[in-house]
Amino acid sequence: MAHEANLPPLLEVRNLQVAYGGIHAVKGIDLHIWAGELVALIGSNGAGKTTMLKTLAGLLHPAGGQIKYDGNNLNDVAAHRRVAMGMALVPEGRGVFARLTVAENLLMGAYSRNDRHKIATDLERMYALFPRLAERRGQLAGTLSGGEQQMVAMARALMSHPRLLMLDEPSMGLAPLMVQKIFETIRDIAALGMSILLVEQNAKLALQTAKRGYVMESGAITLSGASGELLGSDAVQSAYLGG
Amino acid sequence: MKLPVQRAKIVFWLALAALLLLPFVTDALLGRGWVRIADFAMLYIMLALGLNIVVGLAGLLDLGYIAFFAVGAYCYALTGSPHLALAFPSLFPGGVHLPFWIVLPLAALVAGGFGVLLGAPTLRLRGDYLAIVTLGFGEIIRIFLNNLNAPLNLTNGPQGISRIDPIRVADVSLNASQEIFGITLPSVHLYFYLFLAFTALVIFISRRLEKSRIGRAWMAIREDEVAASAMGINTRNLKLLAFAMGAMFGGVSGTLFAGFQGFVSPESFSLMESIMVLCMVVLGGMGNIAGVILGGVLLALLPEVLRHGIVPLQQALFGKTVVDPESLRMLLFGGALIVMMLYRPAGLLPSRVRRRELDTDEAA
Repeated sequence: MAHEANLPPLLEVRNLQVAYGGIHAVKGIDLHIWAGELVALIGSNGAGKTTMLKTLAGLLHPAGGQIKYDGNNLNDVAAHRRVAMGMALVPEGRGVFARLTVAENLLMGAYSRNDRHKIATDLERMYALFPRLAERRGQLAGTLSGGEQQMVAMARALMSHPRLLMLDEPSMGLAPLMVQKIFETIRDIAALGMSILLVEQNAKLALQTAKRGYVMESGAITLSGASGELLGSDAVQSAYLGG
Repeated sequence: MKLPVQRAKIVFWLALAALLLLPFVTDALLGRGWVRIADFAMLYIMLALGLNIVVGLAGLLDLGYIAFFAVGAYCYALTGSPHLALAFPSLFPGGVHLPFWIVLPLAALVAGGFGVLLGAPTLRLRGDYLAIVTLGFGEIIRIFLNNLNAPLNLTNGPQGISRIDPIRVADVSLNASQEIFGITLPSVHLYFYLFLAFTALVIFISRRLEKSRIGRAWMAIREDEVAASAMGINTRNLKLLAFAMGAMFGGVSGTLFAGFQGFVSPESFSLMESIMVLCMVVLGGMGNIAGVILGGVLLALLPEVLRHGIVPLQQALFGKTVVDPESLRMLLFGGALIVMMLYRPAGLLPSRVRRRELDTDEAA
């Protein structure tokens, strides 16, 4: 593990609760991510995974509990401030700016940065990471295929120089080959030392990619542990892997 | 296609010369009334460019935009006329007569403040819901102006405020003919040049805004608000800023209108006017400055062309006026919009992005 025992986790969530009106979508979750770790959060449709991620990004407000990031209490920190602190979200359904070009999308990712002179270099780095985007830099993002849009969303998030990358269902609606490609890229990014929280319905793929995982059901964590253990456990086997 | 710098310069100077000569040519060919119409067209262009920020860039549908024009107009009407003597005879026995150039920035700020006032409660609304609230806001402002004549006569109600001081530039009143270098410039010509300068300024600011970091953030909010805030954009402040900036353009235009017209009344600020300005933006090409200007010119001229063209035509054909030009205006206008939406949905001059979008559609 990259972390040392005396350092606190990069992200620490304690007893987090989120409610829409009167309905509790997230009912007291504990979760942590060490710096440099790739962690999967799996669960079926409607388990509250996206709600959880949106709350971490500051797009929803918790009804209770605490989010600590890099030693700071995030509960009262606005979404745009969290980006500046190094948290980047790749939203569910990708959320690309359809009527802006690929290049403009990526530049929007660097919106919160103040080191203007380095942005051009980073843009080239993204095109090296996603050569497909380099070919399509002048094209409107809305005209790209689903997989290419996922690449735009990921590259855009990386442009903010995050320390914690939060991915919401990157495999959603993509062809199997494209899913493999996206997950390869996620592994590459993780290998560079970035902390990643990967939210997925595709439990097998997510657990094969991550070191550690959490299983979420009806707004609560029901299982957690090393990916290998989870993959082998009867509960995960029967619920998600059809075994 | 990019023009070489040399040619672009020549085109610019030729266009400027043509614009400077325009009032004289119009006066000679069509009569002085048309110079006045051109003046009004420029006020509409400023309004349309202001609304373009809100609707075209930030994607916030505003159906009450004319309210900010009204705020600007009443700011100058109240502080540049004898009217307030009626409400406060002991305080202002002769009314308030602040110089136009002092009122103008203040009116822009007041209008901007009203923009924030409209924006703040509507931050969570989008699309049709936002349209309904803004429509209500526009009507509230108009109805206030219509009814604030009792118990204290602030706005003089439906009669409006008259005898507003003319705009003065360096101690020269624009309400009288002036002679410069042996050329006589009638009042409408003087206002033409003043409005031309303001329109140029508004175009300049619009262009700078569009290419700025703020402009890109507005476009991101228009495309996807959740993703925009995940980019670190403070969506609340930027939406308020869009409302405020748009409102300021409207306020400036309204102030100029009050000084030019010398009279304001609530009926100039009806819902129909808001819709008209919105149509200028949509017809010309939402998000494209040149398109919005074209839309403004066309829609400002249309009623006048009809008024001066249709009645004589009917007289010649039928010997009497069969259809009132005013009702014909709405008929033609509605028809034109339907045809536009069917054949040129992105506007007469689509924005760079919309055009590219259509191109790629064809290629695919």
